[in-house]
Amino acid sequence: MSKVRYNYGTAMLAAFEYLLGRYPEVFVIGQGLWSPWYVGNSMTNLDKKFGAHRIIDTPVSESACTGAAVGAALAGMKPIVVHPRMDFMLYAMDAIVNQAAKWSHMVGGQAAPGVTIRAIINRGGEQGAQHSQALHAWFADVPGLRVVMPTTVADARDLLIASVSCQDPVLFIDDRWLYSFEDDLPPVKELALSQLGPQRLLTGDDVSIIGSGYSTRLALEAAEILKASGVSVDVIDLRILNPLDCTKVIESATKTGRLLVVDGGWGPCGIAGEVIAQVAESVPAGAMKKSPVRLTLPFAPAPTAQILEQAYYPTVDSVIDRVKKLMD
Amino acid sequence: MADWSLGRLSDPSECQEPIVVSGQDRSVLLSQLEMMLRIRQAERCLAAGRRDGLIGGPVHLGVGQEAVAVAVAAELRKTDRVFGAHRSHSHVLSMGASLHRLFAEVLAKETGLSRGMGGSMHLWDQPNGFYGSVPIVSGTVPLAVGAALAAKLQGSGDVGVAYLGDGAVEEGVVHESLNLARMLKAPVLFVVENNLFASHMHVSLRQPFEATARFAAANDIPYEVVDGNDVVSLRNAAAKLIDGARTGEGPGFLEAVTYRWYGHVDWREDIDVGVHRSADELLAWRKRDPVARLYQGLVSAGWFDERQLADMERAVNGEVENAWARAMLDAKPGLGAVTSHVFKKSLV
Repeated sequence: MSKVRYNYGTAMLAAFEYLLGRYPEVFVIGQGLWSPWYVGNSMTNLDKKFGAHRIIDTPVSESACTGAAVGAALAGMKPIVVHPRMDFMLYAMDAIVNQAAKWSHMVGGQAAPGVTIRAIINRGGEQGAQHSQALHAWFADVPGLRVVMPTTVADARDLLIASVSCQDPVLFIDDRWLYSFEDDLPPVKELALSQLGPQRLLTGDDVSIIGSGYSTRLALEAAEILKASGVSVDVIDLRILNPLDCTKVIESATKTGRLLVVDGGWGPCGIAGEVIAQVAESVPAGAMKKSPVRLTLPFAPAPTAQILEQAYYPTVDSVIDRVKKLMD
Repeated sequence: MADWSLGRLSDPSECQEPIVVSGQDRSVLLSQLEMMLRIRQAERCLAAGRRDGLIGGPVHLGVGQEAVAVAVAAELRKTDRVFGAHRSHSHVLSMGASLHRLFAEVLAKETGLSRGMGGSMHLWDQPNGFYGSVPIVSGTVPLAVGAALAAKLQGSGDVGVAYLGDGAVEEGVVHESLNLARMLKAPVLFVVENNLFASHMHVSLRQPFEATARFAAANDIPYEVVDGNDVVSLRNAAAKLIDGARTGEGPGFLEAVTYRWYGHVDWREDIDVGVHRSADELLAWRKRDPVARLYQGLVSAGWFDERQLADMERAVNGEVENAWARAMLDAKPGLGAVTSHVFKKSLV
């Protein structure tokens, strides 16, 4: 089968087109869906192609729109809610955490809202503390909610389709910093989300770098540079943060004895800490050559000035720096 | 701004007269009377069970408010999508739920409506049109809008129903939901059971006006404000709004003014806890009893008498007693249930 060139944004657009074209129960609801301003190139012309009744641009009501999607899912639809910025999605916490995530458990598994909540991380560009947050770790702490964070172009398309096909509520988190990455993709193959977990993107023997979303990209770029200085890196992309299955990570850390977890969120009670805890609980005694390290944001809200942003977010250089210390 | 007081509707010395039954169908009214008796006896059974320590979790009882759910349910079908809140025994029973399974749920037994995983505050009976109730105030209101939107997209002609209280309209998401429902023309009926209290606080201490229908007016949603203890007026109002929703006119808003005889939670009357709630007020509201008034209306029409009422009560009480005894013998969920329902196809 011939491959088609996509970038991360158009790969999601392809997923939307695939889902809307095949499944009449799929509809999309959220703010800015009729405007490229909000969702980049990931939803271009969907309203024209599939109709404004299925691509519903809404009042400024994150809470009601998310709750409505949960209710529609209970009534047999497969809704996708879009939050163009994760920061605003906090208005919808009740619908996500109290309602969607707990529904199946509360009713003894007799019903579950198969809703997909797409949250976009949209940061940088001097947007400041409330247009910047990557809160995936919060949601990875909620039982009953699946949390998906695609890094590769293929995953942007295929995990979105898998999320919508899933019977459980899914938080699908994409990052605007990933939209320009390109790849050639084969035709869609529908995947069962419950069967998916972390994926090794690079095989190496000296150090394990674990990331999710844009952090995995930093890991891959750093690995490329480190290869030139003779350091061989194992890169694992977490992909599915909830439920988090660290089996591959533990195997990798056992093999290399050196573990760096990179995360675009904060450190305390975050994903990096959780990964390190799971490794610490299961790695054979004496297998680690160095203490595990996490590279996360400084424990402060995002700054505004570009020069501060450069100091704030992890970079390829800061990843390389941590690896070099692990290799000392 | 208009005067949004409730006038005589919130005055317990008013609206005590028998229900006007002329022009109604006798058998329908009798089955409504029977359902109200069933709900009341079930809740009295739950009050006693809680008092006696047989029920582990809290129960929010709606004795005195039975007419609302019975009237609304009379206009619904099994494919409609009803959502409740913390005080929802009447909502689920009026849709036809099994008494035994309701009791089993309140007792957290595996035979319960929610397989013993929800208790009184998380009821589920979707095959009968009851999609679920939760105790987060206003939590299900947007869900009902979404289930209604789904009905519109599915072209099924079904409606969503959101039961909420006068306290819930103080939550922001209710206002978002009203606006969203109006803009999407979602076929949903918002039913506010305005019992004048949120927990211990009287509405006058929480809102500048008593009538919550002002929020329907603000969102251009058709509304009716009625005596919530008059099953006939309630049904007429519900029919009008639900017909509108079914025929594409969008949402409706029904405000039913009523009163709960028990306190906010469990079996006590709480006349010493509530602000503005007194023994005198409770006594006055008991005279505005939705059950007694319907019975009196039926009697004055010559459609029913004391002996028939006694027969009906005996049958209902026996039904309640049997269901309770059966539920008491049922088993609790197996320990696997701690993790087995987290996901639809659980990984753990």
